Amino acid sequence: MSRHRIVRTMNYEDEYGDEEDEYSHSVEDNYCISPSTAAQFTWTREKNMNLAAYVGQEEVINEEEEETQEDVSHDSFNDSSKSLHLGLSDFDKAKLNSCLDEARNILGDSVSESVMTSVIIQNGYNLETSINQLLSQQDLPKPQREPRQRKIRTQGLLPATQELKPKDPEVINLSSPLVTPSKSASKAKATIGFLQAEDQQSSQPNSPASSKKLSIQVGSKRNVSPAGPKKDKGKRELSNLEQRETESKASEMAATALSSEDITAGGNSIDSNLRNAVEFMGLEGDKETIQSSVDSMKPVPATPKSKGKSSKIDVMAEFAKRHGNKELLNLVVIGHVDAGKSTLMGHLLYQLGNVNKKTMHKYEQESKKIGKSSFAFAWVLDETEEERERGVTMDVAQNRFETEKKCITLLDAPGHKDFIPNMITGASQADVAILVINATRGEFETGFDAGGQTREHALLARSLGVGQIIVAVNKMDTVDWNYDRYESITKKIGQFLTKQAGFKESDICYVPCSGLIGENLTKPSTEPKLTSWYKSGITLLQQIENLKPPVRPIDKPFRLHVSDVFKGVGTGFNVAGRVGAGYVQSGDKILIMPLGNCATVKNIYIDDVADNLAFAGDHVNLTLSGVDMSNVSIGSCLCDPNTPARSATRVRAKIVIFNIDLPITKGYPVVFHYQSINEPAIIKRLLSQLHRSTGEVIKKKPRCLVKNTSAVVEIELERPVCMELYSEFKDLGRFMLRSGGHTIAAGLVEEMVQTLKTSVNGTSQS
Amino acid sequence: MKLTNRSIDKNNCGSVTLVPEEPEDMWHTYNLVSVGDTIRSTTIRKVQTESATGSVNVNKVRTTLTIQVESIDFDTQACVLRVSGRNVQENQYVKMGAYHTLLLEMNRQFTLTKQEWDSVALDRIDTACDPAQHADLMAIIMQEGIAHVCLVTPSMTLVRAKIETNIPRKRKGMCDQHTKGLYRFYDQIIQAFQRHVNFDIVKCVLIASPGFVKDQFADYLFAQAVKSDDKTILENKSKFILVHSSSGFKHSLKEVLADPAISVKLADTKAAGEVKALDDFYTMLQTDPNRAYYGIKHCERAAEQQAIEVLMVSDELFRAQNVAQRKRYVSLVDSVKENGAEVKIFSSLHVSGEQLGQLTGVAAILRFPMPDEDEDEDQAEDSDND
Repeated sequence: MSRHRIVRTMNYEDEYGDEEDEYSHSVEDNYCISPSTAAQFTWTREKNMNLAAYVGQEEVINEEEEETQEDVSHDSFNDSSKSLHLGLSDFDKAKLNSCLDEARNILGDSVSESVMTSVIIQNGYNLETSINQLLSQQDLPKPQREPRQRKIRTQGLLPATQELKPKDPEVINLSSPLVTPSKSASKAKATIGFLQAEDQQSSQPNSPASSKKLSIQVGSKRNVSPAGPKKDKGKRELSNLEQRETESKASEMAATALSSEDITAGGNSIDSNLRNAVEFMGLEGDKETIQSSVDSMKPVPATPKSKGKSSKIDVMAEFAKRHGNKELLNLVVIGHVDAGKSTLMGHLLYQLGNVNKKTMHKYEQESKKIGKSSFAFAWVLDETEEERERGVTMDVAQNRFETEKKCITLLDAPGHKDFIPNMITGASQADVAILVINATRGEFETGFDAGGQTREHALLARSLGVGQIIVAVNKMDTVDWNYDRYESITKKIGQFLTKQAGFKESDICYVPCSGLIGENLTKPSTEPKLTSWYKSGITLLQQIENLKPPVRPIDKPFRLHVSDVFKGVGTGFNVAGRVGAGYVQSGDKILIMPLGNCATVKNIYIDDVADNLAFAGDHVNLTLSGVDMSNVSIGSCLCDPNTPARSATRVRAKIVIFNIDLPITKGYPVVFHYQSINEPAIIKRLLSQLHRSTGEVIKKKPRCLVKNTSAVVEIELERPVCMELYSEFKDLGRFMLRSGGHTIAAGLVEEMVQTLKTSVNGTSQS
Repeated sequence: MKLTNRSIDKNNCGSVTLVPEEPEDMWHTYNLVSVGDTIRSTTIRKVQTESATGSVNVNKVRTTLTIQVESIDFDTQACVLRVSGRNVQENQYVKMGAYHTLLLEMNRQFTLTKQEWDSVALDRIDTACDPAQHADLMAIIMQEGIAHVCLVTPSMTLVRAKIETNIPRKRKGMCDQHTKGLYRFYDQIIQAFQRHVNFDIVKCVLIASPGFVKDQFADYLFAQAVKSDDKTILENKSKFILVHSSSGFKHSLKEVLADPAISVKLADTKAAGEVKALDDFYTMLQTDPNRAYYGIKHCERAAEQQAIEVLMVSDELFRAQNVAQRKRYVSLVDSVKENGAEVKIFSSLHVSGEQLGQLTGVAAILRFPMPDEDEDEDQAEDSDND
């Protein structure tokens, strides 16, 4: 019997105790708040408490203007309702209350209670007429709005918005899509800091469940900011049944009541949830108002939604601001092995003061110790033991320096041919390049001839979207600053770069220099042998200054291809990479593809300095949380969850074939290089051969592709890789194909043929 | 493999009795057996007996069964072949027509009967029974973060372990994570290597990588071996060869095997020979596209004209379930052989065979150029085979 429970003596209360709890509780009851706290901070409409208790100091200062204006039409609303109530009979009071409730349901919080009361009494407790009257009152531009509108923008948009009275939020959106970027440029940054906390409270409840609702709330907030928030809450509790009926009216009202900029705000939010950042900063035109409205919100316990961002910042403004400051430029240094790339850049950094004397001295001593004293400057960038021992850069070193006008991210690529995959990673992240040429006799020739990396690097850089190039003719001291030598080198290189690599003549410039002795890097040369013929005297640094940064695709959805995953300090782990498109801000939810997991960006570091925002083109470290480190690998794509990056195992692409020994056939195994990814791939199908310059189809289904041709092919990868179409993201649609240590083709993604679902987890193998 | 009995009549109908001796023989067997053949081997069968009283007894009995093959399974990792089908011979324990799966084991003979033994199958037996071909080698192909530990036998390349780890990149002032990650990666390779290497069989160990990874790894391997007093590695230190490869992916093995320094050491293994033949084909395609054909239709047309000099066929094609298709390829091979050309049957397990398989499976180098006439004809075969 011991196996059975002793039912007769069982204590039922114990058995069922747990469930009982569940039955009698509602969720709210679990929320504990002490009565005193409630009394102090929770505002109840019924109590009609004095609002001033909730309002911070700053608010009073700012709102004075509004209140005095309101006094013109009604009594100060704190007292008005009371005074109005005084003369009423109980019956009337009941009628009034019911009308008020109804009206509030319809109008939301945009109209203060006192106004409503007075209107209702005027209309003899007739709900319809009083609402109509209230609405028509709203239609009139309020006198109080004017000063602010003047402050911020012309009223040009106002008539347009009045016409809108939209049911369809898209209309608002379309009417004023361009307003946001121009505003609050200067203030945005200043306010971000203190805004973050409060903003969270104020904006989160508003992050739109329904876009219309949002615009109502926005309207209410601006209109009657002291009263607004409280009713705001009431409004939120409004039953969904009523909502539909009221929506049209409410949005109509909101549209008219709002200043044009507010509408922009609402409109843009509709446009995309993630653009919240834009509209909310847009909304808060001037600092004082923001603060007041924010402060007035404070007492209301916010009901934060998990979705959305923690802070809202005007992205474009922020970007413009940074842009105005110093232009960002990603610069890759390429060239044949031992051309002196690392030394040149190391010396440049040293001359710019980015490397302190003490460290430099240490490097000098240590490099001398192992008999490689000429590598001292290269050690600035070659930091691993292996690299220093062998005197060869193996992986891309990243550094950052600032010039007068520019902020430059330096990527020092390895020159050795075995590390070209690393060089591709570097070059795919760069906007411009410095091609370092070794001027020493014999060295230039080996680097430039077939088998040297000078050509391959230049071609790779060009194929990966680098448009401008500086040719640094290095080690000029070894040829005694000979002009003829310089001339013959630049001529050969120039011919190659324009004819074969496809650079524009105007985008190439030449600088003679010496990395080891530091001649003509930052300071004009004093070497008489050089100055005798080098009249322009432009230094390498000046040439860098003259480069133009490309237009960054900030308006595109966020994309970041992970080039490194590592453990940082503190919790979580870090991923590094260049923001390929769009922007990211701390607190953002991002999707990791092709894994299909979501994660949160906890921190953003640009050059080890914490920042709130990162834009396309920035090299960043992101601290992620909410996902395991082992799930994120090099080549994963972080993207915007609303417009996720697509992953595929098979792509159709247009390829341009370089000078290859063996023709490409169907089934040709290649290594596929895309951003930081290198994956084995197979050319599955040769679809058509194209004319090299016109792009016309010469032959369908060719049997093989020989050197120097173009073609459309299908490439199959072993596992899904996130890619972008060239037509959508220029920078992110390029890839390289390599085989047997040679670059055989450059390609543009035309179509993802086999797109896998997001939840493959990388296990599917074709 | 040992051939103990062979009785094939002039109609090419008959049986052979074979004893597989090493894992590779399983691969040969896999290529020999096709659906419809009968195979006889000893096996273990669970037999239910009911006594007079009605109690049921289940016994495992070792018995010899003959089955008609319906499906064949080859496990490359364990090198095990499973053949299943219906029983076709009266047996004490097993009824006629009952299904059974034979697990072909090493050193246990089996008899394979075919209605028709074709030339490809007979050649296969000859090569399988040739004792001269023994040059197993281990290859570790790697690059930073990716490594493949492969066992290369004359007709198989078996990936024993694939290691993929994330090594943090070097970054300003934080190189120790990179170094640590690298050593962790090496440790994983060493573990996998020790688990799979057998120096009794393996004649040499190739360590291939781009850059300095191979040197660094070799140094680390020997340092670790000294530390942990690993005799097997230290004694066989001379068997290790460092080679350059362009990447750490499996298909780089092709380059490694083509490396002249290596191919001398490997004598003339099948793997290296295949790589060379395929390279020749590609070179021909570059220099004279009209002398390099691929695709069954093209090759058949070339064979008609007796134009083929070297024919390369992937053994995958002879494993086709479709008898007509197999016959088509066999007749191609036979006709080409008759004309005195060389026929190379690639193992689909090798990297080069894999590549050939992707390239329709048949390729030929011609004696004289033949113009490429038809373009639309091969539309059908161009469709994907996956």
